[in-house]
This record gives sequence, structure tokens and C-alpha cells, in this order.
Amino acid sequence: MLQLILEQSLNGLQFGLMLFLLAAGLTLVFGIMDCINLAHGSLYMVGAYLVAAAAQAADSFWIGLGAGVAGAAVLGLLLELSLFRQLYRRDHLSQVLATFALILIANESVRMIWGAQPVMLNPPEALSGPVEIGGFFYPAYRLVIIAFGLAVAGMLYLLVAKSRIGMWVRAGASNREMTEALGINVQRLFTAVFVFGAALCALAGGLLGPLLAVQVGMGESVLILAFVVIIIGGIGSIRGALVGSLIVGTVDTLGRALLPTLLRALLPADAASTLGPALASILIYLLMAGILFFKPQGLFPARA
Amino acid sequence: MAFYRPAPYQKPLAIVLLLAALALPSVLSAFGQEFYVGFATRVLIFALAASSLNLVLGFGGMFSLGHAAFFGAGAYVAAICMQAGISDALLAFPLAMLAAGLLALLVGALSLRTRGVYFIMITLAFAQMAYYLFVSARAWGGDDGLPLVGRMTLGGLSLSNDNALFFTALSALTAAIVFLGRLADARFGRTIQAIRENETRMEALGYPVFRYRLACFALGGALAGLAGALLANLTGLASPNLLQWMQSGTLLVMVIIGGVGYLYGGVVGAVVLLCLEEVLSGFTLHWHIGLGVLLLGIVLFAPKGVAALFGKRDD
Repeated sequence: MLQLILEQSLNGLQFGLMLFLLAAGLTLVFGIMDCINLAHGSLYMVGAYLVAAAAQAADSFWIGLGAGVAGAAVLGLLLELSLFRQLYRRDHLSQVLATFALILIANESVRMIWGAQPVMLNPPEALSGPVEIGGFFYPAYRLVIIAFGLAVAGMLYLLVAKSRIGMWVRAGASNREMTEALGINVQRLFTAVFVFGAALCALAGGLLGPLLAVQVGMGESVLILAFVVIIIGGIGSIRGALVGSLIVGTVDTLGRALLPTLLRALLPADAASTLGPALASILIYLLMAGILFFKPQGLFPARA
Repeated sequence: MAFYRPAPYQKPLAIVLLLAALALPSVLSAFGQEFYVGFATRVLIFALAASSLNLVLGFGGMFSLGHAAFFGAGAYVAAICMQAGISDALLAFPLAMLAAGLLALLVGALSLRTRGVYFIMITLAFAQMAYYLFVSARAWGGDDGLPLVGRMTLGGLSLSNDNALFFTALSALTAAIVFLGRLADARFGRTIQAIRENETRMEALGYPVFRYRLACFALGGALAGLAGALLANLTGLASPNLLQWMQSGTLLVMVIIGGVGYLYGGVVGAVVLLCLEEVLSGFTLHWHIGLGVLLLGIVLFAPKGVAALFGKRDD
């Protein structure tokens, strides 16, 4: 039992860190530009496909990961310059419609290029086996993902909390006009944030690729989770995104693994087997509703 | 942006279109194209669902991205009623509206505490929660959805006849449009439009802004539930896909194409989008790309929608 909890906690940590890669870019897009971007999940999907294609072509996972992330960054740059730059000034309605259109285009293009079947992406061979930690075996590849996630989270923290660019980003998120008035080119800053966000999306997509199926529609489900993370953490706050991601990742993973067992101990088997999966799948939304009830602005609001 | 005013030619045009719709089943059967009665019913049902979203979004100014939850909940209530042996639509449809309205009341009570992007994301997340709830509810078919053993009866009239269902959907849509038209002009409609324009001022004037918004949100949910119950009768299935957020997005696209905050916005949008789907999907499997490009074009070049041609909101 203890081993199961430990293993699932590690899984939750890994899932939470990957969610953080997605939510970090998204929360800044929302926070600084007050722009809603539904196509963030599509960048994640396209990134995963690019990594898979490049990894296959180069016959190396790591080269594929690098090339895929670079490709997604270029794509993000093109999207920002051609479309998003026009959307910031528009209302939320136009932003939702335009990014919804992007989802349709991205899903259909991917289906045309790579087909409707999921694409296989294999983890590097050296990492495909399990390693022993503290008396139980855990897949080495998942440990690498955790290490990657921690490294990126640490880097982002230093970048946002300690560097000058990070200061501008935080200033832009809490009051955009004032930041512009102080002579900071928020437009260019935002292009950088958007491109960076796209690269993080592809990184998450590529790293998760070997664990989940790389397929059309993978972006949508993860996008909603990223939204939940942002709602819990507070829009525009990197710290909130990190805390929210870890909460959502752990609660979701542990809930799915342990809740059915727990309920079986409390309720009759019949009721537990119907209630368990249902409750586990909506646990994070209940959590979100609870946090929302007491803190409508999220845990760490940027515009406090 | 201010209060909705219909253009002078709107009412006669609507009556002509209604008469044309009344004659549609006979015309189709005269040409041996009865298949399209089902398609026309689908258009009417989605027109009703889109109009209900338009009440919330266009008149109430609440950007809900979770409207499909109420649509799908209506469909499930209809299917559950059938399962429980309630096959009279006169009882099942009001039940579907009541359940969807209550669900909307609950979601609205929580999400209306927030504004802007927050509200969009929260309604989306709650709708997704409803989706997962139905997916994991094994008693109601889980992933596969809950099939209906047959269509309902309306009083003594059986809806298993395609024409009967068509006329039922047409009556529901007409009643809803007349109701929404009257509502937009009534004190309640004026108040929610005024709240959309300037919330702070309405608050200062002593209006209970939150309660008005919540009432509007719940009313929209109830109307969507009616549309869902009709759709369950048409397709014979309450599927969890009806609650998925792509469905909310589709309804939203309909309203935006048609014209946000115009009485006929939802109807025009549903007709345009579904006809486009019918025509384009005949040419290619990948018609979504065409639709996406078209939507981008509308956002960038015609942000006011098609129904803006049929009524104006004076600035």
C-alpha cells in the first residue's frame, strides 16, 4: 500500500510538472495580454507530432526533442506575428472564435499529414528500463521527465523572479498600461513570451509522447486541465501555475489510484464501484469549485 | 452597443420564412427527398440551442463556454425518462428544462462570482466536469451513451413520424424566438442588456445584478435543455459527446457567425453552419480546414456576423 502511494505520488509529481510546462506559457498569455488562447493545446499536439517525426527521421529521441521544440517555437513565432498580434486588441469573443478555428485547422492538418492513427514515439533505449529507488522499481524515463520538469521549473523561477526580463513580464501581467508607460516594449516582450510558451508546449508534448499516445485531439483534454491549473493558481502568476499544477497533478493521479480502494472500505462494494471512478474523474473540478468559492481570484492572483 | 431593436423588415421576413418552413416537409416529399426532413429538424434543434446561448451571451453579456453541458443534460434527462417509462414529452420535456435549468443555476451561482477570462475558463471547466461525470456513469451507458428505445409521444401524437418531430421542433423554436423577442423588450430583458453595457451603473441604481445575471444564465440553460431533449428524440441517443466542450465551441461559433445579441443570430448561425457542413463534407473529409479558414476570415473581416444585416443595435 505504502509503495503504491509512493509510486503514484511520483507519477502525480511527474504529471503536475508537465502540466506546469503548459500552464506557465498560458497563464502569461492570459495575464499580460488578457487574451484567451484555446489553441495552446494544439501547440502541444503539433509539438508532440514534430518531435515524433524528427525523432524518427534522426533515429534519436534527443535530437528529435530538440528539433521538435525548435520547430514549435518557429511555429509560435509565425502565429504570433500573423494572427495573435491582431487579436490582442479584439474582444474575448473574437479571440475564442479565432483560436477555435486554429484548433480545427491544426487537428485536420495533422490528420492529413500523419493520418488518424496514433504515432509511436519510443523513449531513448538507455532509459527504457526501470531503476530501483528506496526498495521499489520505477521507470527510469519517468524519473528523467521529473528531472526535466524540475529543471525547467527552476529555470523559469529564476527567469521570472530574478531577471530583468522576468520583472518586465511580472509588471506587464499586473498592469500592462503602466508598464508600457514606463517605456517597456510590451509587444516585443509578449512575442518572446508566446514563442517561449510554444516551445514549452512542444517540450511537454515530446516528453509525454512515449507515455501517452501521440494522436489528434490530445491537446484538447490537456488544455482543460491547464485551465483548471490557471484558475486555481490565479491568472498571470507563475508561482500560482506551479502550485496549481502540482496540486492538480497529484490530486488527479492519487484520486484515480486510491479513491476506488478507499471508497470500498467505507461503502458497500456495489456503490463504491459505481461512485469511485466517477468521483475520481471529477475530483479536480470539485477542488477547483471549492477554491473558487473561497478565493474567486485563485490562490496567487497577479493583480492583487 | 445598446438595446436590441429589430429592423422594420424583420417581422414580415420571419413570417415568410416560417410559412416556408411549414411547407417544407410536403415540398420535400413531393420531390422524394424525405431524408432531408431529419436534417431540417437537426437544424431547427441547433437553432434553438444556439438561440439559448445567444440569450446568455448576446443579451446577458456572459461569455459561457460550457453551454453544451445544459444541452447534453437535457438529452440525458429525456433518455433517463424513457428508461424510467415516462414516454410523454409533455412531462419529459419540462423535466429536461427543469433539470438543465437547475444545473445552470448551480454552475452560474459559482462561476458568476468571476469576470472576464476567468468566467470563460470556469464555465468550460464545469462543463468538462459534467462530461466526465456522464462518461463514468455506468448506469447511464458510460462512454457509449444512453440509447432511447423509441421516440416519445406528445400528448396523443407519436413523434416516431419524422414530420411530427419536425413540426414539434419548429413549434418549440418559434415559441422560443417569440418569447425571446418579447423578453428583450420587457423589463427583465432591458435590465440584463443594461447590465451587459454598464454593470457598475446598474449596481449603483440598486439593481440586484448578480440575481439578474443568474436568472438569465439559468433561463438559457433551461432552453438548451429543451433543445437537448428534442435532439435525443431525433437521434435516439443521449451521448456524452453532446456535453463535450467542442460542442460548446460549435454552438458559440453558430452564435458568432449569426450575430451576437441579435434575436435571430442563433437561428441564422445554425442554418449557415449546418448547411455549410452538409455541403462541404460532401466534397472532402477534411472540411474542417475550410471551416477553420472561413472562421478566421469572419473574425478578421466581418466581426459583426450575418444577422447584423437583419437588425441593428444602435450605437
